[in-house]
Amino acid sequence: METITKTNRRDFLKLGLATGGGLILGFHWNTSSASSFEVVNPDLLDTINFNSYLSISSDDVITIFSPNPELGQNIKTSFPMIVAEELDADWTKVKVVQAVLDTKKYERQLTGGSGAIPHSWERLRKAGATARQMLMEAAAKKWNVSSASITTDTGFVIHAESGKKVTYGSLATEAATIPVPAEVKLKDKKDFKIIGQPIRNVDNQDMITGKSLYGIDFYREGMLIAMIQRPKSFGMKIKSVDASAAKSSAGIIDVVTFKNNVAVVGKSTWQVNKARKLLKIEYEVDGKIESTEDHDKLFKELLESKETTVRRKDGDVDAAFAGAAKVIYREYQCPFLPHNPMEPMNFFAHVRPDGVELVGPSQTPDMARNEVAKLLSISPDKITLELTRLGGGFGRRLKADYVLEAAELSSIMKAPVKVIWTREDDMGGGSYRPAVRYRFQAALDVNGNLIGYKLRGVGINSGNSTREDNFPAGAVDNLLIDSVEHKSAITTGAWRAPITNFLAFAEQSFLDEVATEAKQDPIQFRLNLLEKAKKAPVGAIKYDIDRTKVVIELAAEKSGWGKKKNVAQGFSVYFSHRSYVAQVAEVEMVKGKPVVKKIFAAADCGVVVNLSGANQQVRGGIVDGMGHAFFGNLTFKDGAAEQVNFNNYKLIRYNEVPEIDVHFVNNGIDPTGLGEPALPPTGGAIANALYSATGKRLYNQPFSKQEALTGVNLNPKG
Amino acid sequence: MPTYQLKINGKNLQAEVDSDTPLLWVLRDNLGLVGTKYGCGIAQCGACTVHLNGVAVRSCSLPISAVGSKAVTTIEGLSEKGDHPVQQAWNEVDVAQCGYCQAGQIMTAAALLGKKSKPTDQEIETAMNGNICRCGTYHRIHEAVVLASTKISK
Repeated sequence: METITKTNRRDFLKLGLATGGGLILGFHWNTSSASSFEVVNPDLLDTINFNSYLSISSDDVITIFSPNPELGQNIKTSFPMIVAEELDADWTKVKVVQAVLDTKKYERQLTGGSGAIPHSWERLRKAGATARQMLMEAAAKKWNVSSASITTDTGFVIHAESGKKVTYGSLATEAATIPVPAEVKLKDKKDFKIIGQPIRNVDNQDMITGKSLYGIDFYREGMLIAMIQRPKSFGMKIKSVDASAAKSSAGIIDVVTFKNNVAVVGKSTWQVNKARKLLKIEYEVDGKIESTEDHDKLFKELLESKETTVRRKDGDVDAAFAGAAKVIYREYQCPFLPHNPMEPMNFFAHVRPDGVELVGPSQTPDMARNEVAKLLSISPDKITLELTRLGGGFGRRLKADYVLEAAELSSIMKAPVKVIWTREDDMGGGSYRPAVRYRFQAALDVNGNLIGYKLRGVGINSGNSTREDNFPAGAVDNLLIDSVEHKSAITTGAWRAPITNFLAFAEQSFLDEVATEAKQDPIQFRLNLLEKAKKAPVGAIKYDIDRTKVVIELAAEKSGWGKKKNVAQGFSVYFSHRSYVAQVAEVEMVKGKPVVKKIFAAADCGVVVNLSGANQQVRGGIVDGMGHAFFGNLTFKDGAAEQVNFNNYKLIRYNEVPEIDVHFVNNGIDPTGLGEPALPPTGGAIANALYSATGKRLYNQPFSKQEALTGVNLNPKG
Repeated sequence: MPTYQLKINGKNLQAEVDSDTPLLWVLRDNLGLVGTKYGCGIAQCGACTVHLNGVAVRSCSLPISAVGSKAVTTIEGLSEKGDHPVQQAWNEVDVAQCGYCQAGQIMTAAALLGKKSKPTDQEIETAMNGNICRCGTYHRIHEAVVLASTKISK
């Protein structure tokens, strides 16, 4: 049987120093101050408080640890590209190693919020630049020339005058004795050779041969497999358990009840899965038992609630609305969504008297470890957590519930245990994108100017369902944004582009409708508002007006906005997670039905690190946004999800994606993240294009269920 | 439990499992071939796709008792060196994001091209529609299938 080879620092060092000697550069991943860079004596590694390593072996292998969880956002390729750029390395000689969780060496070992690249950009650059400078100084010392006369080129140190040229590896041992420079010069961005290129994923060969190991693939000799029956209805708790049939089922070792869970533990996944079906569990009510139809009624009540939380207030909205020539009032609603990463939740835990070993997929390994420490009442120092590759996350793996289950069960069983969720467990198990309803109101004056704007968001376990400082805040004199939250037993959590994944659709659809009422072109209408925000800003403006304008204009230009015949276009623009994305969707009528043919995207995420990965993030985000806008629909009956597998919960498929044309502004601004920002604008661009094609406005998602209201068959393929 | 003699990736292997155990779990739990992935368990997502006598099948829904003497090929056995034209194309086009569904995508594409080296767009669509990619890499999947087709047709 295959096991995952645990890569710890010692193994890595053996790897990095296999041929004897070499430069090991330790650096604090959490700071870019040069003073924290030090050369590490490998023998002292365990006693020095370092965070990460870049090594150059004497046979020219450059190894870079990537500390953040890799779930498809391509961080394991992009991080090392940044280091390699400033090191002026030969990219083909760079090896990337996934680091284990070690918060003393790394900070923010977290994947979420599109934050990895923006957070690490500068220190990754300095890490590479520091090593490069030390190599140059080592050469200067060795050749007895001034370091200013030394240059580098793709893995070589060069002294042009004397014609000397040697590899980095041949100088690595000497470079390790050079004092770490206090300051290093970073490259001019126009000299980038690696950053901005389409660089293939470093794990491609493993992924295409089935060798990439995900958490669900982890195996340890003697490991037990467990599946857990959780209450199917939110708001219920266990009353009684009859596990006799399950316990006597073939291959079952034990059935254990803990908290609200009944775990079936055995040796093989299939036997455990079969035995679990034999459990007889009675549940009793322990909270609110809710159905989707209750929520539909509730939303309407909450929109009239007097108990709102005001998020932003500018000017005097009451006066503006009282004096308006025209008032527009619209509501938008979205359902709960499960995350549905292709790899369902799973984790391995081995709780031993002397410590705990955790292995698996997590977006927040540090939080998972701390929660396990709390659960088991031990010090986090006693817990190791090894990250596997993640088969998607979309926010679901920001939570540690499934890690805690594995740890608790291993502790009970006194054995190594891997907990596996089935798709049904995954989809029925909670932590959903919250269901939300919005009411927008706009006041126009006689000239069609937007003089008042109101937004109320009501949601279920949604926290603040608005983003009060986003556009058009800052461009409207009189504005009120507030929210109401309903607490429910149905659990919710962050879902790719939290809140904005639907709010952007609602807002951009509404602005389109307001523009139409104001008899203005939808793009010009937004540009006019931006102009107003620039000339006479109202309150705090947290988005960059110029960057917003640039993506709007780029999307308009690339799509030939307003210049096409027989093509209905729809526009949307959104700022989220520090980046700006504008989109134009194109719909054509085919045999009397609207078909989404093409989507143009203009994205400003600052510097594009990896053009291949960046394109994937934008296209993937658009496909995700489109798929969920059309199909995503998780409904509840008596507290239980009504869709728990792909037979009645539809994800977008191969034949349903339109052509997507991606353009980057690439303005040299430090990178601002791309895992999420392409998703929010998509629903609005498509809805606006569908309106343009059919004359029907969409107010609710999923679009595919709106035929009764609009009379239009809404599927991407017509 | 009965013992099954299996022909997998050109090797004769055996597994002692319940007769209703799906091939997927025999591969993963008994034979350590974890490249074939679990996604839904009901033949809806295609992550578990393997070849049975060269035909793409969903191993999550195929009981081991139905495999018989048919040759099973998994992602690990698609090529000796990981250089099947479909694998090459997948690398060159840089298809994968999280990568979890890609073994199934590759096996589906390889079976299609094994049957017909120059499929029409419609035939590609029919074949690839059965495989879900949650990251949304469908554009590159299309590009890679077309590229692999040209490699095979050469």
